[in-house]
Amino acid sequence: MNLRTLLLLAALPSLASAQDTTLPAKIDFNRDVRPILSDNCFKCHGFDPKTREADRRLDTRAGALASLEGITAIVPGKLTESDVHVRIHSSAKDEIMPPPESGKKLSARERAILDRWIEQGAEYQGHWAYEPLQKVPVPAVVKPGFSRNPIDSFLLARQQALGLPHAPAAEPSTLLRRLHFDLTGLPPKPEALAALPEAGKPTQAAAPNGASYEALVDQLLASPAYSERMAVFWLDLVRYADSIGYHSDNARNVSPYRDYVIRAFHENKRFDEFTREQLAGDLLPNATRSQKVASGYNRLVLTTEEGGAQPKEYEQRTVADRVRSIGTTWLGQTIACAQCHDHKFDPITTRDFYRLGAFFADIKEESIGRREDGLRVGTEAQEAKLQELTAKQDALQAKLDGPSPELDAAQAVWEARTLKRLNTPQTWTPLIATKLQSDKEAGLTVEADGLIRSARAGKDADVYRITVPWPAEAITGFRLEALASSRLPKKGPGHAESGNFVLTEFSVAAPGKDALPFTKATATFEQADYPAAEAVDGKIVGGDNGWGITGGVGVDQALYAQLAEPLVRSAGAEPLTFTLRFDYGNQHMLGKFRLAYTTSAGPIEPPQSSAPPEIATLLKTDPAQRDDAARTKLRNHFRGQAPELATLRTELADAKKQREDFDKTIDRSLVSESMEKPRTVRVLPRGNWQDETGEIVEPGVLDFLPQPKVEGRRLTRLDLADWLVARDNPLTARVFVNRLWKLFFGTGLSKVLDDVGAQGELPAHGALLDWLAGQFVESGWDVKHVVRLIVTSGAYRQSSFAPPELQQRDPENREVARQSRYRLDAEFVRDNALAISGLLVDRVGGRSVHPYQPVGYWENLNFPTREWTPSKDDNQWRRGLYTWWQRSYLHPSLMAFDAPSREECTAERVRSNIPQQALALLNDPTYVEAARAFAVRIVREGGGDIATRLGWAYRQALAREPRADELATLTALFDQHRALFTADRTAAEALLKTGLAPVPKDFEAGELAAWTSVARAILNLHETITRS
Amino acid sequence: MNLSLELEQFRQQQLTRRAFLGRASRGLGALAFASLMSPDLLQAAGPERWPGAINPLHFAPKAKRVIYLCMAGGPSHLETFDYKPKLRELHNQPMPESITKGKQIAQLQGQALKCYGPQFNFKKFGNCGAEICELFPEIGAIADEITIIRSMTTEAINHDPAHCFMNTGSMIAGRPSMGSWTTYGLGSEAENLPGFVVLTSSGKGGQNQPIAARQWSAGFLPSRFQGVQLRGKGDPVLYLTNPGGVKSGVQRDVIDAVNAINRRTHELVDDPEIATRIAQYEMAFQMQASVPELMDVKSEPASVLDLYGCQPGDGSFASNCLLARRLAERGVRFIQLYHKDWDHHGRLTEGIKYKAQEVDRASAALIRDLKQRDMLKDTLVIWGGEFGRTPMSQGGDGRDHHIAGFSVWLAGAGVRGGVTYGATDEFGYSAVEDVVQVHDFHATMMHLLGIDHKRLTYRFQGRDFRLTDVHGKVIKKVLT
Repeated sequence: MNLRTLLLLAALPSLASAQDTTLPAKIDFNRDVRPILSDNCFKCHGFDPKTREADRRLDTRAGALASLEGITAIVPGKLTESDVHVRIHSSAKDEIMPPPESGKKLSARERAILDRWIEQGAEYQGHWAYEPLQKVPVPAVVKPGFSRNPIDSFLLARQQALGLPHAPAAEPSTLLRRLHFDLTGLPPKPEALAALPEAGKPTQAAAPNGASYEALVDQLLASPAYSERMAVFWLDLVRYADSIGYHSDNARNVSPYRDYVIRAFHENKRFDEFTREQLAGDLLPNATRSQKVASGYNRLVLTTEEGGAQPKEYEQRTVADRVRSIGTTWLGQTIACAQCHDHKFDPITTRDFYRLGAFFADIKEESIGRREDGLRVGTEAQEAKLQELTAKQDALQAKLDGPSPELDAAQAVWEARTLKRLNTPQTWTPLIATKLQSDKEAGLTVEADGLIRSARAGKDADVYRITVPWPAEAITGFRLEALASSRLPKKGPGHAESGNFVLTEFSVAAPGKDALPFTKATATFEQADYPAAEAVDGKIVGGDNGWGITGGVGVDQALYAQLAEPLVRSAGAEPLTFTLRFDYGNQHMLGKFRLAYTTSAGPIEPPQSSAPPEIATLLKTDPAQRDDAARTKLRNHFRGQAPELATLRTELADAKKQREDFDKTIDRSLVSESMEKPRTVRVLPRGNWQDETGEIVEPGVLDFLPQPKVEGRRLTRLDLADWLVARDNPLTARVFVNRLWKLFFGTGLSKVLDDVGAQGELPAHGALLDWLAGQFVESGWDVKHVVRLIVTSGAYRQSSFAPPELQQRDPENREVARQSRYRLDAEFVRDNALAISGLLVDRVGGRSVHPYQPVGYWENLNFPTREWTPSKDDNQWRRGLYTWWQRSYLHPSLMAFDAPSREECTAERVRSNIPQQALALLNDPTYVEAARAFAVRIVREGGGDIATRLGWAYRQALAREPRADELATLTALFDQHRALFTADRTAAEALLKTGLAPVPKDFEAGELAAWTSVARAILNLHETITRS
Repeated sequence: MNLSLELEQFRQQQLTRRAFLGRASRGLGALAFASLMSPDLLQAAGPERWPGAINPLHFAPKAKRVIYLCMAGGPSHLETFDYKPKLRELHNQPMPESITKGKQIAQLQGQALKCYGPQFNFKKFGNCGAEICELFPEIGAIADEITIIRSMTTEAINHDPAHCFMNTGSMIAGRPSMGSWTTYGLGSEAENLPGFVVLTSSGKGGQNQPIAARQWSAGFLPSRFQGVQLRGKGDPVLYLTNPGGVKSGVQRDVIDAVNAINRRTHELVDDPEIATRIAQYEMAFQMQASVPELMDVKSEPASVLDLYGCQPGDGSFASNCLLARRLAERGVRFIQLYHKDWDHHGRLTEGIKYKAQEVDRASAALIRDLKQRDMLKDTLVIWGGEFGRTPMSQGGDGRDHHIAGFSVWLAGAGVRGGVTYGATDEFGYSAVEDVVQVHDFHATMMHLLGIDHKRLTYRFQGRDFRLTDVHGKVIKKVLT
């Protein structure tokens, strides 16, 4: 042992997590004092001047030593002269610190620590995570048979100083299973177990052969499954989800971003590059499509489409959302605390908060409302096909526009006819109803000008009957105006949620004539498949035969019906009765409308179909006076409606639809795009978005950290990214490797993963954390390098079993003298069951998928109401990370196992153990289907007798042989259920029908159902969902 | 003492104790351990039973449980509990700018603001003479049991953030809801049911605003404290029903096999998580029986069904009120009922009539039923929405969202009856007298449950979070 190591050991603290009863001989500020001061004092005597009491700071030595009105908080070495000492021991209500109303109280030990620290000179230290990263010497402690790399030296140095024994090496099969879950989120295949040189039996090193173990690590790191596993970790941090989050929680296009993350981990993209691409991929020179997709990170915020949402408010929410995300994801800082006031514990100001927010002020987006579709990210084949379809459409368009003497002649005829029509104007006179009736109590009312409103509409079909007095002789046609109204959904004119209606039949009865014949009906707008003509075709054949206006709601529309012959009165002043049928039901009734008649000569049609105003003007111009532009306009208009071109136009419309439909099948992704003029960002006093008195700020990084070396221009998102991964940024690398450590030991070296500030945890193995962070940066931000270091260490390969001494002395395992045992994350609980069952489909990437979900789970979603449609193909058996991530109603099976809603960054998931987990594993069709598929495999591949099959099943599920008690329990279950299910074939078949997977025909149902029971039991075992 | 520290110590003691007990069998170990913690826990069913983070309570509790009737969408205070004759006089007149200046407005942004008088008459009810809209005679008939607060205010003007604020005290997602705080603080007395249960129902008018599951999320508290939704259709609890072809006995066999193997594994590796897992499988199986039993209201006498005005299984608010009483009887700590469709931007008069039909009789029935069972004395019942509605008209027949003043009412444990507390200005716009903020409302609820809202904290991201953030005053005047 060299001198440096000796010194290091001498400085070693006592056991990190055991309850200390004795005081350390030498008080260490960061370890012993800072937590006490931060927790109890900084709120009123810390960084934030607005809440600082009596001008006293205790977060800096100068502040503590300053004499204020003759009082000094701390006089180094002189206990009785130090006001802190007096105050913390006082029993007087107005003197004691912390004051009773704070609800805080120091323990005797805490007081003793502060006293001893003052006696020893009250030295302050910088906060560990803010100190520059420096080269850390590796302790020269090596234990043959245990040590594998420097990680072990760091851990052993402390453990030996503490006299703490470490756990033995894990069983090879345990290690194999651990490694597979940790690196891929999937269980090992039994072949991998067999391939281990010392499979099944502990060796003297109690670990797999070094060389082959490392080869296995490399093999797993190279697998796509590794990148999917790592993506789960990252997607939690960046709060990736398929829906917008607030209110209607509608969908948005982001899955290509998820695939970018997977690809980045697979290619082992340098983390600094990964950072730049996500924050500012769009700003990189000659940005690639992948880099643009990466910049979708900035768009993963929560947004709203709620009516009445105020743009300014949501603009501020978005600013805050992004700052929180940067703070947590890269810096491990709770910057959110500085939104309304300076941070109470860490040196972060409100100005810092808004300056960080200003980095994103250039992003082009609406603060509220529907998100845009985003960048098209088709495959080469898709782009080629799209080009082909576009060419086809263009060709038809060219044909329609091309030269043709016949058409020109037809145009001349049309022009003459239309001009005549234009010169004989139609006049319309409103009809005032004298009697209104609805079959379903629509509450029809009429106003003086003939306006008719209906108060409500229901699910069932309705018929409006409207009677008017005889209006005039020689009526040539009728007009039905469907009118917009702010009282109707989407402004109507219909009552349907969409604003639509479907008029399934429009008929007029005159004395002696039940239904006047019409020659045609046209409208100002006609929905595809719901043309106006269907409203006068005399057919009453259900809801789909009528006039509808989807695509034209929210504004006034009208239907024009031309009578076959002018209407002549038969006798007396008898009334006309209009019948408006709404057989579609489902609120698709008119909410506001008006009837009118005309006696003008035909054609009776919407003014714009004769000629829109612009065309009318051109027609009235002397042909000799028309210029080229005018002639083109006229020609285009004519060809756009000429009956002789109908077929060509239909072909063109089909081609257009084909292209558009195909376009919709191509993935799109929200990306960042920079605006010329960024939004203004102000410091908001107390976070109040309505207060516009605050200082306008430009982008800037946290003031207390080293600054970017950029001058003379506004900082950009790219500068922010560069700063996050700058060599002198002390936080990013530490925060990231700390989280990596957590992935492989269950707890970070500093256990508070989302806060490495004053309120976080001083890492027991701070030197190791710094060394790993150094490795990360030095290796070129090489994620796989750090992962490889961790999983090839001796510490990683230890047993998770804690001997009683270890359990008692270090119950939380802060010294890492053993491995940990914990439940798999939600997605991997699912992946594991699917892998064991053989159902797992290992396709990487693509649009999110829809595993079975209880019917009606989305009943409280609205605008629009939605049903979950389970995937009907092999997407049903994709890995959990591809599940459609609905923020307001996350898939309940994932949620039961603590998958986060991803409304906020999640650095650490809670790890609960609740009855919903049992219910999901027992009853969610995914797990029942997995069990029956597993049962088929057990019978097909598991060998002959029951015990052999159980052995095979255990190797699949748990990478080990069953114990005698397990054989006995499961054999008994099998025997009992075989008898039961053989006797009750209906029950057996019902069980075997669960899910989409085909039911094999060559099995006896009773036996297969019994094996399904066994498989269910195995999939439900605590050990099956536990990594140890 | 810091509660999160207390929780941490509880956990550590559990771990140490577990090591000390060695390979004790589940039941014995759990009970022996429990007995060390608190005598009450001797009755606990297993290690899954959370005793509550506050032991003993900060004050003698008045309420043992809460039933929150959440009128989702934002009921108009002007057509329910806050009578404004002056507003009626000014009907169709411009709303004075002095009243609205600088105030947040939702959908009426940039529109002419006209007064819209109360659409119904009010009557005086009870000995206290409380003024309540004539559409709510049943609630009127229990006026002497309730305290009407007419001076509620909130900070969020859109539904989603407003619910979030009302439930968690914050507009930022990810904080625990009040039901989660309550069960975390107090535990639950329910044997085979979750401690925090949520039910939803829809209204006839169709203005059914979405409600996100985050409204009953445990946030950063452990998941066991999250609200569990009881559903009217399909499985009442998600995944409650056995797979097809699996009868209860078959399910039991599978669980027995799982638990037998887990128990043996536990003996070998001594991991408290396994003991908990075993207990959760028991709990799950028991829920498979207890929840259908709970949901089956056919066993209720006709007189009770009639009192509420519900048919078994109709999924109505009235049925949910009856279920709330049954949940309360079974020891559930926090019961939250959402009744949707109060979002009357238009057709308000018709909409309010629908709502009155749906909630008046049922809300009053719940109070009466609790009283006749002597449970009202320790059940806090809350009635109210996430905000109120503008005294200005929207589109001539509706009201917009409104946060500056609205009404809620309370009844039961520790709440004075026959009291009307606070007031809005003569337009019904701003709360001007005894203004109540959401944090005050939370503080008061906590107080009734025996909790000092300042002392129920949980450490997350290095900060001790509270339901009331850094605010909240107990409204003493409404308490007995």
